[in-house]
Amino acid sequence: MDSFLQNLINGIGIGSIYALIALGYTMVYGILKLINFAHSDVFMVGAFMGYYGARIFSKLMHGSEVVEPGWPLFTLVLLFSVACCGLLGYLNERIAYRPLRNAPRIASLITAIGLSFLLEYGGQMVFGPDPKFFPQLLEKHQLQFLGTSITSHTVIVLVVALIFMGILQYIVYGTKFGRAMRAVSHNFETAALMGIPTDRVISITFVIGSMLAAVGGVLYGLSYSKIEPLMGIMLGLKAFVAAVLGGIGNVPGAVIGGLVIGIVESFAGASPLSTYKDAIAFVILILILLFRPSGIFGKYQAEKV
Amino acid sequence: MKIDRIIPAVIAASSILLFGCPPKETTGAGGAPAADEIAIGHLASMTGGQATFGQQTDQGIKLALEEINAKGGVKGRKVRVITEDTQSKQEEAANAASKLISRDNVTAILGEIASSNSLAAGPIAQLAKIPMISPGSTNPAVTEKGDYIFRICFIDPYQGEALANYVANTMKLKRAAILRDVRSDYSMGLSDYFKNTFEKLGGKIVVDSSYSQGDSDFKSQLTTIKGAKPEVIFVPGYYTEIGQIAVQARDLGITVPLVGGDGWESPKLIEIGGKSLEGSFYSNHYHVDDPSPAVRDFVVAYQKKYGTTPDAMAALGYDSMKFLAAAMERAPSLDGPALRDEIAKSAGFQGVTGTITLGPDRNPLNKKLVVLEIKDGKLVLRATVDPAADAAAVTAPVETATAVATETAATK
Amino acid sequence: MRNWLVRDLAGIAVISAVLVGISYFLGWIPIPGMAYYNRVIVTIGINIILAVSLNIINGHAGQFSMGHAGFMAVGAYTSAYLTYFHFQPFLATLAEGPGRFALQQALFLGALLAGGAAAGIAGWVVGLPSLRLRGDYLAIVTLGFGEIIRVLILNIDKIGGARGLSGVPAFANFFWVYFFVCIVIIVSWRLVRSQVGRAFLAVREDEIAAEAMGVNTTHYKVQAFVIGSFFAGIAGGLLGHYLVYLNPGMFQFTKSFEAIVMVVLGGMGSISGSVLAAVILTVALEGLRFVKEAFGLTSDPRMVIYAIVLILLMRLRPQGLLGNRELGDFFRRRKGGDR
Repeated sequence: MDSFLQNLINGIGIGSIYALIALGYTMVYGILKLINFAHSDVFMVGAFMGYYGARIFSKLMHGSEVVEPGWPLFTLVLLFSVACCGLLGYLNERIAYRPLRNAPRIASLITAIGLSFLLEYGGQMVFGPDPKFFPQLLEKHQLQFLGTSITSHTVIVLVVALIFMGILQYIVYGTKFGRAMRAVSHNFETAALMGIPTDRVISITFVIGSMLAAVGGVLYGLSYSKIEPLMGIMLGLKAFVAAVLGGIGNVPGAVIGGLVIGIVESFAGASPLSTYKDAIAFVILILILLFRPSGIFGKYQAEKV
Repeated sequence: MKIDRIIPAVIAASSILLFGCPPKETTGAGGAPAADEIAIGHLASMTGGQATFGQQTDQGIKLALEEINAKGGVKGRKVRVITEDTQSKQEEAANAASKLISRDNVTAILGEIASSNSLAAGPIAQLAKIPMISPGSTNPAVTEKGDYIFRICFIDPYQGEALANYVANTMKLKRAAILRDVRSDYSMGLSDYFKNTFEKLGGKIVVDSSYSQGDSDFKSQLTTIKGAKPEVIFVPGYYTEIGQIAVQARDLGITVPLVGGDGWESPKLIEIGGKSLEGSFYSNHYHVDDPSPAVRDFVVAYQKKYGTTPDAMAALGYDSMKFLAAAMERAPSLDGPALRDEIAKSAGFQGVTGTITLGPDRNPLNKKLVVLEIKDGKLVLRATVDPAADAAAVTAPVETATAVATETAATK
Repeated sequence: MRNWLVRDLAGIAVISAVLVGISYFLGWIPIPGMAYYNRVIVTIGINIILAVSLNIINGHAGQFSMGHAGFMAVGAYTSAYLTYFHFQPFLATLAEGPGRFALQQALFLGALLAGGAAAGIAGWVVGLPSLRLRGDYLAIVTLGFGEIIRVLILNIDKIGGARGLSGVPAFANFFWVYFFVCIVIIVSWRLVRSQVGRAFLAVREDEIAAEAMGVNTTHYKVQAFVIGSFFAGIAGGLLGHYLVYLNPGMFQFTKSFEAIVMVVLGGMGSISGSVLAAVILTVALEGLRFVKEAFGLTSDPRMVIYAIVLILLMRLRPQGLLGNRELGDFFRRRKGGDR
């Protein structure tokens, strides 16, 4: 029983990270029908911005690069990383994707792959190819709970992730901009005819998605400490699976999808099948697509001739 | 219908063009060495999860190289080392070995540290009849891949037995959990050897689980291990993962010590694991505070050149270069087969990590092993296993490891 | 036998003879670093097989597969299993001589074909879900299958599991690689010009219309997967026996991306385009190595340059180098309309 609860908690920890990345995938796919492969690399950049941000702000605050844990520092680092990635997301869309809006879709997909390579290997050149170890931005406390052991970090990851998901849910369903976003996602041309500035909506969608990825990056660094330029590849792929699982284009779906994948992987990892862990997300994906192609929360759309 | 004739013609033409007018750049700095230089290849994980292995051996090799060339090189010719990065990946190790042989025409290859990478590169060196000396691959299968492959370190049956002995007899612990790295031949082999001896000594393996190199999340496996209540966890992986495993184990409330092998050896280990590694211990090839003159001289020279203290990988790299140079000096010619025969005859070579005499299976006999404990962020010598010190141990190092395991520091 | 088949077989025989000739020629040319050029040439050949075979699925039949690396892995491991565990020990018992040499070549061919067949079966299994899925969903499912195949191989201890299979016999060489380059090009060419190719085209252009016109779309989609995977398996077998080493890590989905990039860069549906792109990309990636040495960089910038070129190309020429035309079309006088 202890280990059941413990595995559940472990799974929620990694699942929240998947969920944060999945949100970016799901929003962009919802609007542009584009698998933005570069998104997971924005997540990686977010983690590295957190790493460097922590040093910069420590230097500014205490005059030394040695990180002293604390909430003000954590907030600053988080905002710094979010800002950097927001800008990166904007540039990605503006420079790479917008010129291809009317090109064949395959061209956008290849561009996404190219952009992903650029960020991964560019990251290797800029940040160095070796793994880096994220500084402890917050003091770590052990919490005992029904025979399980939780660190304060796990709780913080979950709370911060939930706060940002709440904000996103509000933006998409509670604001005028969100209505524009949903309109563009529903029908691009009609939305444009109705006077919605589609280009701006798409840009902002990329920016929001990238910001969430940055939050994911910093939280990942905080809880797993090891960051490296290629870390986005596998995590991103699983996050995309989470988005499909939840029903692509659906905000709560992405969150649930992320948590489901995280929890299932956590239990698989604790079982004798631990070496099959990486395949499980894909098995779920294939089963979902074969039996319920629109995902758990997605709406079925018949194909128009 | 012309096209199915045109296309092969184009291919043939382009391949002939390519080979006829080779792009100059590709030969560039790595091209055929000047006639008076001897080119040696170094396969090293300069980047990736085992980056410090490659970086440290490379520094050790470069130090040895400087000393060799200062004395006039080998056979009156200067020696040059070409380092090729394996990125800590098996497939890249195979690629890098092919490159060193086919593009750089190296005389011999030094490397790799990680056994899986040496296993990937070995058959390529064997096929090309280029001798390869691994400074630190401890898996027995490495040198079994062919008669051109040598090593200068001890092997895992010996290391696993020494560790099992230390845990069972010195620490008097009976319940161990194993957490092995399925991507690493080293980790898989060492786990098995540890398990065998440990069970023979009356110990019990309560759970045997695994992870995969490059993973970052070990909590699931550690949760299972925690449930089995071991007294010690045997984790024979590489330092990057070890540091993370230690942190996550403490997060989950596991307080028992971790034990591992020489894959832990890295200046980064404690940086990553921090306080979580306190009280854990591992086996190693040498200890930097060893008072013997060979070690002292090496440490001083190394510190003078690089400003840091050398770890075991640096010492092994240094030894491997000196060892190879000695064989090259003796060899009648530097052809692969002639050099191979000469390396195989090496005996009584005095190195930093001990005396190296190669046995018929191209592994050194009777190398020394030390057990180090991490205490207050420092490495403290806990035990030394030295079969050479025991006269009876000359022929069978593996069997005698048990008998000679002595606790040197009685501070416990 | 049909007329064209006779001609093709004769063509293959002539090409084989020429290839044997070139192999000998390459063998004794005393250029320093010859082995290195040989290596580049063989790599180009393997990439051509990959690109042309993926072009059958992605280009001709219009099904977007991102799992090519998985099929390659199946072929590579199947053939290596046969040669490593069965043929190599058997050959070692025979005396050296022309007989053994001939037998070795025959067994290697058999192993490659078996690898191809296994990959083809895997392609059939993966092709089945494509009955239900289209576009991006199909792409992501094939990617998932590719990864699942890799994880399965990772867990088969007999063939080295996650640690890789070291010491695969070095049977592949210039001759075998280019022999299969010719075969894949001829098969692909004949396929496009056949009734099957027309059906592929119909499926690619409009699946619903094709179905309405009585084309059995399911059948042709699966067929494209099987043929494409077969040759991917051959390419994998050649790669394993050339590198003398296999590791599941070699077949991650980034490998599939590489093949996709070649096909798209050459122009979807253009055979010669795929060949051209495979040659250009392989040579360019190899040639770009000098950048690192020239500027004394610690990490290799060639993948960055590669990525930038890729993005620029998609912006300037999204239809690829040749579009859906063949190289020959540019030399031949345009006869009324495109193709």
